[in-house]
Amino acid sequence: MSRNNTRPRSSWPLFLRRGPMEIVATVLIALGVFMLMQPFWITLYTYSLVTTLAGTVMYIIVTKFPE
Amino acid sequence: MTDQSSTRMNTAADGVAKLTPEPLARRMRSLSDRAIAWLFISPTIILLLAINIFPLIWTIQLSFTNYAANRPNRPVKDIGLRNYERILNDTDIWLAMQATAHFVIWTIVLQTLIGFTLAYLIDRKFRGHAFWTTLILLPMMLSPAVVGNFWRFLYQPQIGLFNYIISFFTGIPPSSFVMTGSVNLAPWSIVIVDTWMWSPYVMLICLAGLRSIPDYLYEAAEVDRASPWRQFWSITLPLAMPFIMLAVLFRGIENFKMFDMVNLLTGGGPGSTTEVASITLKREAFEKWRTGYSSAFAIILFVTVFGLANIYVKALNRVKQR
Repeated sequence: MSRNNTRPRSSWPLFLRRGPMEIVATVLIALGVFMLMQPFWITLYTYSLVTTLAGTVMYIIVTKFPE
Repeated sequence: MTDQSSTRMNTAADGVAKLTPEPLARRMRSLSDRAIAWLFISPTIILLLAINIFPLIWTIQLSFTNYAANRPNRPVKDIGLRNYERILNDTDIWLAMQATAHFVIWTIVLQTLIGFTLAYLIDRKFRGHAFWTTLILLPMMLSPAVVGNFWRFLYQPQIGLFNYIISFFTGIPPSSFVMTGSVNLAPWSIVIVDTWMWSPYVMLICLAGLRSIPDYLYEAAEVDRASPWRQFWSITLPLAMPFIMLAVLFRGIENFKMFDMVNLLTGGGPGSTTEVASITLKREAFEKWRTGYSSAFAIILFVTVFGLANIYVKALNRVKQR
């Protein structure tokens, strides 16, 4: 008898699941840090704080989501 | 624990219990375990609130004002987000962030390469490897203030050993270049010192990663006749990668807020070529006395470090799960 090793599908929508949302938040933080330190365009530098802050706040919130 | 020592401890506990005044003892007996736990950790929490949380909240509040610490009698005006707006459009601060980026990126690249290579070599367990490990670890045990000061002497064009070594290998006269005084060389001078000091730390983390790889994987690879090169790319590097990431993130956060060593070595000069973010912050706060403005800058740096720390904790958890 073969055993089904796949995990049961979560009933939570994708934007309320911890794993994918953590990745999005991490990418936002990394993007914000890149924007803060890049030498190419001052507009990117101007919006760096908002991006990093959004990523950080999002990270704090999504770590409370179910797996 | 032996019966004798257990009896001795019980006697000591009885002695302490007898010395406790009766009203206090009665009050303590009425406390729940949870309340006692809070009682024990409350001094630490109070200390944390006083030296971490309170200054943070105060800095956030100051960042919305035009407060100047050298003019305490001037009326403090609430200027909203204007400090943040000015900083995020200030080209001087932008240049400081670029100097920080140069420092952070190059130190991370060099430290990771050198640290991992050293860890890979030390992991071979050759004769005397313990001695060499101790020797390699020495720089990271020194104080950054000491390192900054003695590298200033090493970089001296007349008497400095560094210039003589460069001269020996390249033939350039030692007094013809000043590492900390040249616009082109100064950013590299701080990168060299930080790499010299912190590569051993990266080596230590990478060594922990290499030692955690089970031997049976290499034995299986030997059976499959995998070449050493193939073993490195398919076993060593992927399994050591979480540890390397951990070292990269930790060094990235540390170097982002680097102050002491750079301040002692170049003081941000010549001009502002080595003026990293923390040096700019110090100048704004304690030379130009723009307290509100520098508070806003500190908060921007704090948000960045806090964001990076979140990624660091995530990487740390991934390493723990292995």
